[in-house]
Amino acid sequence: MLTIDEQISKIREDFPILNRKVRGNKDLVYLDNAATTQKPKQVIDTISNYYLEINANVHRGIHALSEEASELYEQSHKKVSDFVNSKFEEMIFTKNTTESINIVANGLEDILSKGDEIVLTRYEHHANLIPFQQVAKKTGAVIKFIENDDNYNLDMQSAENIVNDNTKFISFPHMSNVIGSITPAKELTKLGHEYGAMVHLDAAQSVPHMKVDVKDLDVDFMSFSGHKMLAPMGTGGLYGKEELLEKLHPFLFGGDMIEYVSYEEATWNVLPWKFEAGTPNVAGGLGLGAAVDYLENIGMDRVSQIEHYLTKHAMKRLEELDFITVYGPDANSRGGVISFNIIGGDNGMFVHPHDVAALMDERGIAIRAGHHCAQPLVTQIMKLPATSRMSFYIYNTIEEIDFAINSLVDVNKMFN
Amino acid sequence: MTSIYQQQIIDLYKYPINKKIIEDADLDYGDKNPSCGDDIRIYIKLDDDQKVIDVGFQGSGCAISQASTCLLTDEIKGMTLEEMEKLSNDDLLELLGIEITHARMKCAILSLKVLEGAIHKYKGGAVGSSVAENV
Repeated sequence: MLTIDEQISKIREDFPILNRKVRGNKDLVYLDNAATTQKPKQVIDTISNYYLEINANVHRGIHALSEEASELYEQSHKKVSDFVNSKFEEMIFTKNTTESINIVANGLEDILSKGDEIVLTRYEHHANLIPFQQVAKKTGAVIKFIENDDNYNLDMQSAENIVNDNTKFISFPHMSNVIGSITPAKELTKLGHEYGAMVHLDAAQSVPHMKVDVKDLDVDFMSFSGHKMLAPMGTGGLYGKEELLEKLHPFLFGGDMIEYVSYEEATWNVLPWKFEAGTPNVAGGLGLGAAVDYLENIGMDRVSQIEHYLTKHAMKRLEELDFITVYGPDANSRGGVISFNIIGGDNGMFVHPHDVAALMDERGIAIRAGHHCAQPLVTQIMKLPATSRMSFYIYNTIEEIDFAINSLVDVNKMFN
Repeated sequence: MTSIYQQQIIDLYKYPINKKIIEDADLDYGDKNPSCGDDIRIYIKLDDDQKVIDVGFQGSGCAISQASTCLLTDEIKGMTLEEMEKLSNDDLLELLGIEITHARMKCAILSLKVLEGAIHKYKGGAVGSSVAENV
């Protein structure tokens, strides 16, 4: 068996983009994987091959290309369903996590009424907050928030205090995209079910990085993005328990999502097509299937292991630097996402994350700076103007992390 | 590639000039870049000829936004309202003396947006975010 470093080197061969130069012949060091990951050749070839050899609309034509396209598109659904242990009917292809969550939130408009409670957490990415704010406004439901402990881990005691008989819906992230905290998804789902609430898991940051089994977690809905797991942009998934998806009102109307249509009325197609109106992103869907193949070939346990290896190393190096503050839990209870700031140490000067990211960029290093689409968490809970964030994936190396951290030392020296 | 982080920019961030509140300011206006959290408030005192006799600012944000405000507030000393109204983004970028990429433009020109907002408010215009419509 290959060592982790050897395996990373082998994986890198599939990602030609990692060899490119940026900012005047600097090696690209891509540490913005929580925003989107790069795509391996296998995924790009799948998309390319679809357009070169197959391209036709699906579920319509009685001709060779259409049949091939339909068959491959459905095979891809099957791969993605199996990947998270869902039934074929329960896996809807969407364009991203945001669309998936909007489908669920839209369905809640018929279900919730005044006084019902929606429970969220303080971690929420805007995608898992705004759709529910809108539902609450339309239905008169109230949103409540589960608090974190001092280390930004989800506080189960707070959850037990907040969830009650009025709780009709709970939504929370499996992993915070800002601080990497992993939430006790199974426990929280069980708590919600004890009170008869439906539970949605925002798995944008977990499905790409760890083995996720919807039946084991017992969540009612789960959303994730393809582009954060090697697949093309414009791909994502929504899992829902069959009986709930049957009840849920469609989000988009039009072609392919219908069964019988008259000028006056229409009936809906069977799952999952009821929620896939219009010509779908077939090439993207096939790319998502290829990404799943790629990840399964490595094995999700190995994926987690590689990321943990990188994260542990980065956390250890960062903790040695007194001018840096890292937010969130220790390496053992977080994913491969590290939010930090250069605070300058004793009597030092805070270096704004935008300056940190810009100076890292001058060295060829891609990190993210800002609110990470979780403005309330950063400004209201962490009480910061912004953070810098580095996030890892299976093709990052120890050398890249060391180079990034040495660069932070240089950046600090410019200001302090 | 030349770094935008020239020594002048870093020095102005570390040791800002004109960073003070003017309690009896004639013009007093603040605004933010909501996406990145840059936050600037400018205070201007005018003399009898409506020329700037004193100027200060408070703010937080990245080095580019703060250095830009230092340079702008220094530049407008002695100017009339009309002269200030003629200042353009290009004038400000010239003061900064660095190549600003598209991604950092909002940081660089926030100070001028705040100054424009301050003049607008002083002349009795409606107060609102002058930045929001441009971001």
